[in-house]
Amino acid sequence: MGTVTDVTDVTAPSLEVAGLAFAYPDGHQALFGVDFTLARGERVALLGPNGAGKTTLVLHLNGILTAGAGTVKVAGLPVGRQHMAEIRRRVGIVFQDPDDQLFMPTVREDVAFGPAAAGLKGAELEARVDRALERVGMAEFKARPPHHLSFGQRRRVAVATVLAMEPEILVLDEPSSNLDPASRRELADILRSLDVTVLMVTHDLPYALELCPRSLILSEGVIAADGRTGELLADDELMRAHRLELPFGFDPRSVTMGA
Amino acid sequence: MGAGHTHKLYRHGHSPVHALPPHTKLTAVFAFVVVVVSTPREAVWAFALYAALLGTVAYAARVPASFLLKRLLIEVPFVAFAVLMPFVAQGERVDVLGMSLSVNGLWGAWNVLAKGTLGVAASVLLAATTELRELLLGLQRLGLPPLLVQIASFMIRYGDVITDEMRRMRIARESRGFEARGVRHWGVLAKSAGALFIRSYERGERVHLAMISRGYAGSMPVIDEVTASRAQWSYALTLPCAALVVCLLGWAL
Amino acid sequence: MHVPDGFINAPVSAAAGVVAAGAVAVSLRGARRELDERTAPLAGLVAAFIFAVQMLNFPVAAGTSGHLLGGALAAILVGPYTGVLCVSVVLLMQGILFADGGLTALGVNITVMAVVTTVVAYAVFRGLVKVLPKKRPSITVSAFAAAVLSVPAAAAAFTLVYAVGGTTDVPIGQVLTAMVGVHVLIGIGEATITALTVGAVIAVRPDLVYGARGLTAPLKLRVNGELVDAPAAEPEPAPVAARSPRKLLLAGLATSLVLAGFVSFYASASPDGLEKVAADKGIDAKAEDHATADSPLADYGVEGVTNARLSGGLAGVIGVGVTVVAGTGVFWAVRKRRTNETSPASTSDIPENV
Repeated sequence: MGTVTDVTDVTAPSLEVAGLAFAYPDGHQALFGVDFTLARGERVALLGPNGAGKTTLVLHLNGILTAGAGTVKVAGLPVGRQHMAEIRRRVGIVFQDPDDQLFMPTVREDVAFGPAAAGLKGAELEARVDRALERVGMAEFKARPPHHLSFGQRRRVAVATVLAMEPEILVLDEPSSNLDPASRRELADILRSLDVTVLMVTHDLPYALELCPRSLILSEGVIAADGRTGELLADDELMRAHRLELPFGFDPRSVTMGA
Repeated sequence: MGAGHTHKLYRHGHSPVHALPPHTKLTAVFAFVVVVVSTPREAVWAFALYAALLGTVAYAARVPASFLLKRLLIEVPFVAFAVLMPFVAQGERVDVLGMSLSVNGLWGAWNVLAKGTLGVAASVLLAATTELRELLLGLQRLGLPPLLVQIASFMIRYGDVITDEMRRMRIARESRGFEARGVRHWGVLAKSAGALFIRSYERGERVHLAMISRGYAGSMPVIDEVTASRAQWSYALTLPCAALVVCLLGWAL
Repeated sequence: MHVPDGFINAPVSAAAGVVAAGAVAVSLRGARRELDERTAPLAGLVAAFIFAVQMLNFPVAAGTSGHLLGGALAAILVGPYTGVLCVSVVLLMQGILFADGGLTALGVNITVMAVVTTVVAYAVFRGLVKVLPKKRPSITVSAFAAAVLSVPAAAAAFTLVYAVGGTTDVPIGQVLTAMVGVHVLIGIGEATITALTVGAVIAVRPDLVYGARGLTAPLKLRVNGELVDAPAAEPEPAPVAARSPRKLLLAGLATSLVLAGFVSFYASASPDGLEKVAADKGIDAKAEDHATADSPLADYGVEGVTNARLSGGLAGVIGVGVTVVAGTGVFWAVRKRRTNETSPASTSDIPENV
């Protein structure tokens, strides 16, 4: 990591995406030139209908997919083959299905996986695991196997697995899906308490409004709108144009935002 | 499939046998079974001694006899086979209750039954006193290739997830009034199996993405290492050593 | 289910252990070459699938039901290397966790059920796919043939092992006949399910059927509205299908020859066959077992030992023949065909220019 730290620029934004285009090998083009920038410490929602290319975009952020055109920079470091390990440490992705994310036999080993892969050992590793689990309130489940946990608990552990790597930016893919209201609120509290940059990919609009002051709308492979979440959600025409619908009875204008 | 942490055969406990490091137990059980298999079948008393040895281990591990006996049922198909051996084997024959039985076959049946039962009992004791996770660590420690340990570990982690998916698919089929009754329904079941494969494979791909997202580059980071003291080794190896003595006596007498 | 301890004598069990270890080592390398660092999660999930699908009951008739053994299915879906690994891991876990199959018999179980089944199935499948017209029904037919042959091949392999290291004398010739006979019946069930399952997968995700990769169309990429040849953006598994089975087949041939050598020297032993059938694989088709269990056994009269030796030797030869010659023959045909084709639709065509 020593060689790459000089590339890191503390003043650089957490994430810079410029002109990103990508087509899958089957010919299906998902991204048509995506541009946006996230400042350090921001919490931003990425909204968009199904099939807008949200997941494809996420997979570019840590180099699992590599752009056909355009660039992605994480804290000034371009995503590319030569810095892949460092990029993957900096960009923590929480996938939609916690069962995919929690692949180790116990919670502890799962949270330790990332830091251990980065070379951490012994007491330092243990401390890192404890800290990450405490931040999501799952410390007492350390020795349990993941599939003995409830869905909400599993999602929190999934967040911990990523936090343990002390990422520059936390990317969450549909964090609120399949959560009951209490788990949803608990997760929101956890996310609010973190001081990392958060990019939350979702079509849960109230959740976006609750947590993210700023939102991006990804539609047909480009950023169609970028602004304050409350204003975007209140723009009926914009919402309709991009197949975004608020839940029945929900009026973003009536919500006073805490965040 | 057993769960990730515990499994069907595992019995939670804090006995000295539970506390032994997994690789010592694996070694002990394997050595014991090898010794048993190498014992001449004519030394009937030797097998009784082996059974007594296992009984002692079961007592030390606080595994109740009923538990052990119930698990031995897995052997039943082979009992059926063993029963047939005296009828089909060749060589000298003897009349028992009016049936002509092969002496060789009788010995063969005894051989398979005795050794098979002891083998199963030893494995059951191992499984009853060792957590799954530990078994995997033990196997890794004993030099099973890490890739194989990883595959086994993923199989165990996702065995339940996939069995559960299969169960949900069955419920979905039955909810729509389908019940497989015969060969003509195989197509539907096979479609489920096909769908299950696709789901499993795609999950494998997603798991892989999740892994590389956290810095996986082909080898699992070592998080836990099991170690055993000399005392633990000698405690574990008491079983096969005692068995070896019996075996040597069996050959000598 | 699986061979227990004490069934096969210690030296032969050890030898089978060595064979199994060798085959697993070759498969580990092969799988790594194909799947690189995706091996562990993918093979692990496929092993979990095999494990789960063995619990899926296929009703036969009158309350009996069978289930898939999965060796052929694994071979066709994920290729011979990964297939061997998956089935081996399933067997290993069954032995250690469920006491299903003896620890000393693990080598025998892996050699027979993981290696022979998978390799034979894959060789037959791949061979037929190459020879038959490139259409979906050919895949189904090939899958059926592969599975139907793989099961008796495993039975023959087991009989061979028993002929060499069985612990009781039973006439081996009849055993072989009975074993193979009964397993052909079981094989038909296995083959039907396998073919249907492969058909179901290929209808939805043809790209996931390893053995049929040659049938997918070449990929294109649209960059700013223009179609260009696809550079594989995601790591494509390196295609080694064309070479892989041959290597495994050679290994299998060598093993079989070694075993056959033993047979000619020792061909004295062996019982089981049938009941082994009933006991081991027989769970899968109780109906068939019981139907056939009596008739061949009735012939097991008091035959002369010399006669048994002779038939034992013959059995060895026949066994090797069944297992290997079929596979090699098919392969020879395939290779001949391949060399004639300028653009073989093999997996090696899939662009790999990352």
